[in-house]
Amino acid sequence: MTTHSTTPTRNTKVMNRFDLTSRLVARLKNEEAVIGGIGNTNFDLWAAGHRPQNFYMLGSMGLAFPIALGVALAQPKRRVFALEGDGSLLMQLGSLSTIATLAPSNLTMVVMDNGVYQITGAQPTPAASVSDIVAIAIGCGLSNSAWAADEEDFERLIDQSLSATGPTLIAVRIDDKPGVGTTRRDPVQIRERFMLGLGVRQPL
Amino acid sequence: MAVVQEKASPQTSEGKASEEKASQDKTWHGIILQTLKRNDIRLVPYVPDRVLTTLIKNLHADPFFTTFPTAREEEAVGIVSGAWMGGLKGAVLMQTSGFATLANVLASLALPYQIPLVMFVSERGTLGEFNYGQSLVCRTMRPVLDSLAMEHHTATRLDEFEFIVDRSIKQAITTQAPVALILSPLLTGGKVFDK
Repeated sequence: MTTHSTTPTRNTKVMNRFDLTSRLVARLKNEEAVIGGIGNTNFDLWAAGHRPQNFYMLGSMGLAFPIALGVALAQPKRRVFALEGDGSLLMQLGSLSTIATLAPSNLTMVVMDNGVYQITGAQPTPAASVSDIVAIAIGCGLSNSAWAADEEDFERLIDQSLSATGPTLIAVRIDDKPGVGTTRRDPVQIRERFMLGLGVRQPL
Repeated sequence: MAVVQEKASPQTSEGKASEEKASQDKTWHGIILQTLKRNDIRLVPYVPDRVLTTLIKNLHADPFFTTFPTAREEEAVGIVSGAWMGGLKGAVLMQTSGFATLANVLASLALPYQIPLVMFVSERGTLGEFNYGQSLVCRTMRPVLDSLAMEHHTATRLDEFEFIVDRSIKQAITTQAPVALILSPLLTGGKVFDK
């Protein structure tokens, strides 16, 4: 990666998406919902161990946070996590303002920032060397937003979000490795299983 | 009309409220509000439109609804899709040009995941349009809906409107398929140059 930037993002440790996703999943004990954004983000969620409360996106780039917001509004007693890539988030920055306005306290957003569109050939995003995602989120009104300095800090921020009074955004610097697994592309089963996992549906 | 109403019910606050409700039921926006309610659709994100102003105002005023603006129409589609999966029903309000931004989310989320997405689209671009770009983008709407084989209806008459809205919502939910309800200027009056 380039090193000419002076934004605080470069002071954080460069971590790994699959490792962080696995650390998050390992901490889930209360049937928390997890929305995995398009591409590598949900591939690593799939690889970290399938759960009925996981939702995997096979398109609609940028909508992990809006979908998670919908789940959070529908089930205010359930903790909802959303995992999104930096490139995806750039497509839907306006959603940060919507979330800040509605301010669901049961929503934790994680932005996996490698500065590239890894899955299409690792081309840099327009934000890669100039924009700070946490500063953007704070500017949108998500005051509870922070960079995770390292893996321990990530776990601490995740735990902290569980008792937050508003939505939390955690940004992590990650390497440019591809996802470890590949989600099975069966949207109807993914959606139905998720609804069963959330207790909205009963099995046939 | 005012005289008849005075005779029909004394001006108690209760009588007045039911009169207001009755007159609202007879408007297209009153029908939408009441039909959403009857079908337990509580979440209504929107990108505003001039024609939708009264409906949006009344949705905000009614504590039954959680209604709020989003920055983009596809964001609203994502929100109601997530809410549906979490057990909360929703509908999205937009105008024609907003619908034109939705092909990707319809084809990659609502349709393949079988989400009963209910959309109300205030139709601009026809029957008195004054902005050429609006009339062009309007022409893309039905071809997009047809190319995805999506259910859609254009509402032009008040007497049919409740039937269309109520049946379409029920069909969307039972068949787990999206529906677009296009609100023609014939129904709403539309937006004209001198407004």
